[in-house]
Amino acid sequence: MKQHHAHGQAVATVDAKEPKLPRGRNIRVEHQLTKRRLVWVLVLACTALLLLGSRMAQLQVMQHEHFTTLSDGNRMRLQPLPPTRGLIFDRNGVLLAGNLPSHRLEITREQLEQSFDDTVQQLRDLVAIEPVDVDRFRRLSRNRAPYSGVPLRFNLSEDEVARLSVNLHRMPGVRIEADLTRHYPLGPQAVHTVGYVGRIDDREMQIIDVRQYAGSTHIGKTGIERSYEQLLHGRVGHQRVETNAQGRVLRVLDKTPPVPGMNLYLSLDIRLQQYAKEALGEQSGAVVAIDPRNGEVLAFVSTPDYDPNLFVNGISHTDYRALNTHPERPLFNRALLGAYPPGSTIKPMMSVAGFSTGVADHNRSVFCPGFFTLPGQSSRRFRDWLRTGHGTVNMVRAVAESCDVYYYQLALDMGIERMYEHLTQFGFSYTTGIDLVGERAGLIPSPEWKRRVHNQPWYTGETVIAGIGQGYMLTTPLQLAHATAALAMRGQRFRPRLLYATQGQNGRGYALTEPELLPPVGYDDPTGWRYINHSMIEVVHGRRGTARRIGQGLDYQIAGKTGTSQVFGLGQDEEYDAGRLPRHLHDHALFIAYAPADQPQIAIAAIVEHGGGGSSVAAPVVRQILDGYFRLWEQTADLSQ
Amino acid sequence: MGISDYGSRPLIFLNERSAIDPDPPVALDPLARLHLDTPLLLGLLSVALIGLVVLYSSSQQDVQLVLRQAAHLGLGFMVLVAVAQVPLRYLRRLTPWLYAAGIGLLIAVLLFGTVRQGAQRWLNLGIVQFQPSELMKLAVPMMLAWYFTSKPLPPRWPYLIVSVVIIALPVVLILKQPDLGTALLVAMTGAVMLFLAGVSWRLIALLAALLAAIAPLFWQLVMRDYQRQRVLTFLHPESDPLGAGWNIIQSKIAIGSGGLYGKGWLNGTQSQLEFLPESSTDFIFAVFAEEFGLIGVCILVGVYLFLVIRGLLIAMRAKNTYSRLLAGSLIMIFFIYVFVNMGMVSGLLPVVGLPLPLVSYGGTALVTIMAGFGMLMNIATHRFRT
Repeated sequence: MKQHHAHGQAVATVDAKEPKLPRGRNIRVEHQLTKRRLVWVLVLACTALLLLGSRMAQLQVMQHEHFTTLSDGNRMRLQPLPPTRGLIFDRNGVLLAGNLPSHRLEITREQLEQSFDDTVQQLRDLVAIEPVDVDRFRRLSRNRAPYSGVPLRFNLSEDEVARLSVNLHRMPGVRIEADLTRHYPLGPQAVHTVGYVGRIDDREMQIIDVRQYAGSTHIGKTGIERSYEQLLHGRVGHQRVETNAQGRVLRVLDKTPPVPGMNLYLSLDIRLQQYAKEALGEQSGAVVAIDPRNGEVLAFVSTPDYDPNLFVNGISHTDYRALNTHPERPLFNRALLGAYPPGSTIKPMMSVAGFSTGVADHNRSVFCPGFFTLPGQSSRRFRDWLRTGHGTVNMVRAVAESCDVYYYQLALDMGIERMYEHLTQFGFSYTTGIDLVGERAGLIPSPEWKRRVHNQPWYTGETVIAGIGQGYMLTTPLQLAHATAALAMRGQRFRPRLLYATQGQNGRGYALTEPELLPPVGYDDPTGWRYINHSMIEVVHGRRGTARRIGQGLDYQIAGKTGTSQVFGLGQDEEYDAGRLPRHLHDHALFIAYAPADQPQIAIAAIVEHGGGGSSVAAPVVRQILDGYFRLWEQTADLSQ
Repeated sequence: MGISDYGSRPLIFLNERSAIDPDPPVALDPLARLHLDTPLLLGLLSVALIGLVVLYSSSQQDVQLVLRQAAHLGLGFMVLVAVAQVPLRYLRRLTPWLYAAGIGLLIAVLLFGTVRQGAQRWLNLGIVQFQPSELMKLAVPMMLAWYFTSKPLPPRWPYLIVSVVIIALPVVLILKQPDLGTALLVAMTGAVMLFLAGVSWRLIALLAALLAAIAPLFWQLVMRDYQRQRVLTFLHPESDPLGAGWNIIQSKIAIGSGGLYGKGWLNGTQSQLEFLPESSTDFIFAVFAEEFGLIGVCILVGVYLFLVIRGLLIAMRAKNTYSRLLAGSLIMIFFIYVFVNMGMVSGLLPVVGLPLPLVSYGGTALVTIMAGFGMLMNIATHRFRT
């Protein structure tokens, strides 16, 4: 090799003139060697720079567009602008659900200068922070984007906002954000119809249009808030913003504003709703009032109720436990979901079925000895509520005095199949299709049903008790009101509806909901209807009517029917004695009515759970509501004059 | 030391170029009287100026920071001028002591050093924090040059082993701190020096093979977790886009989006909107590339290349082996700084925290580099006096 050769030469030519030089060195050879190596180094350096240059060209020329896209993606962010939720009013424009400006406390963890726990500790001096808040914060933190804030507290009070504002500069990463929060100004007043919104949960996350809800935190959970979620929510808007690496918005580049949700006007009259609530008082029960001429729901009450505002930003464990373990179950929507035996309130519909099938007519009369036996089975007695019996009764007396034996006989003569066919024409056993979610269908039993569900044959005795709305038969207060409205309209039926009108964005323009006709009850003989109407008037206005007590001092006519539905099956010869039974086994008190009897404007069904007798408990409730209704109606009439 | 000494030297050893070179370089050039090399100085000043301009942008117009960096640069140039004045033979005579002191300080740092960010690199000297490993960047090439000058070149085996020990000792001590970047830099300086000293190509090939063989062991036994992470991140930056890979991803975005002409001064979104971390220090090259584009990069690299060529020229023209070896390795340290920094910022090399000389914010490495240039100028202008 060269080096080796040079080395050999070096030994031979030691320079005597350089005494300082060590032995064996040849300066010239060394200089040539190092020079060569320096040239090599230069070549290497140039090669390296060429490599670097091609890398830069690759990044800056060949992949320039790719990186420009990434760079824009870095700084530009599409921010969703959540729409303002539509308002909910009653039919007179009384606000039922609104949006209140509120402030929430948000924390961006990446920006904190101390640990999260220390921050919370420091914040506790300024605002109330419960363990629930911290739990929720951690839950919400789980799947969020980096550098995005997570709410720690909602609904800060003005004092809290003020205290925080002066201290925030000391706490980077902690912010106050303003937004709108759902508010129900009347609290529990219409909770079972309006419902409430709550934070979107994981299950809802799966079914909603994630794009539409990109900026939204809440969604309708129950009631109108849920069934008209799409109308109320509105359409999301967007803005493109330039942000820095911390996610702070520097400027808005462009913007598509959100479309606010529609305002909804419900058919409810909140004053009537209030009367119904007052009439029920402390008792558990339900009242549904419908305008029979179009199906508008005027009052829809289930008691006890609760404050929907508790649910909006997450209910606390203690509040929820209190509601959930309450013996009277305030969360339970009795009007929509409560299925009760209709008891004697089924009798007017039975009358229609009797006429319709031709089993009954005006002249039919039955002797009532106080009990009923099936032919050839004299040992099994079906009792009348009046032990001494009503004597010989026709249909008018049978309705007015609520004679059971008449209807035992009618049911027996008609047979369960025909009862099923004709009672379902009133909407029983099917959902009415009201604009609320989760309605129950109730039940009109049939042999086919019993075979399917219980795998048992049908007994004639079951037909007999079905004739007075006992046994397997179940109806909801809503169904009863709907059927009562059908009675009032002589068979014409409208789908019960809560939505009265919608109002587009910015409060412009109304769209009234059209009444929706349902298949009518299949009986159209006016005489028969008049007769049945008369029998129901007799209930209130007749000398021996079961509800004659509410008929006193009336300046309008009520057509009604009392009902008492058994919760507890009595033995053959046992006596019902309320005093000896625990309250939860007491009979339910029912009353259905429409008024004015000749030209009905309102149909009502009321049930008082374990209230006892329909005549003594439920009928006065209805009278009170009707009085209120006509008072309001006259006021309105006065105003319009 | 006067011009008269010149006559006693055998002319035959002079570089051919010296015949055309008007020697000695006095009087004509006022800078030369200060032992400064004009082209080198102009090159350094241009890079420093570019650096301040970029820093103003990368720091988001932080005038205070730019002024502090200007002060660093001022200090650097003062050191440069000072070092250039010291006659080279003093430096040469001091070399073993400097090296020994450096080793002593490295040991001291391991025993009494201040711990910062998990690494023990600093000695607290009351007023200033001092990083002895910086000293070794100069002391190791000086020591090797000193050592090789007393031995015939190319070094024979025993000398080679001694020289490897000279390199390995500080490298191991620096690795202990731990400071992988500096250790690699010192090792590379040593390697450059061995190459300049004429180690045979066969041996170079052998060493390269040996290095490849011990690399896995090095990975297993010497490297710390964070260092391994850096290498892994280099290989797959996308595997951890928000963590360790963030820097390199963002810096590639900055460079790439700059394109041919750049986004313009103060208009680099990656740096102005704080997406690029370390934008004023190790990753300042990405800011430059984003705002000035490929054309700007070519100009900056051109100036650096000019400095390297000038440095190598000085090495070639130096009159004795010590100067040639020292000058060659000093300019190559500078080049390694530039290349490794640009390489890591553009994703060509793993991220080892090396600044871009004269551009990155910071004083420590700057002073070392300027001291190195001081020696280069010294060699350039004291050619006939050693």
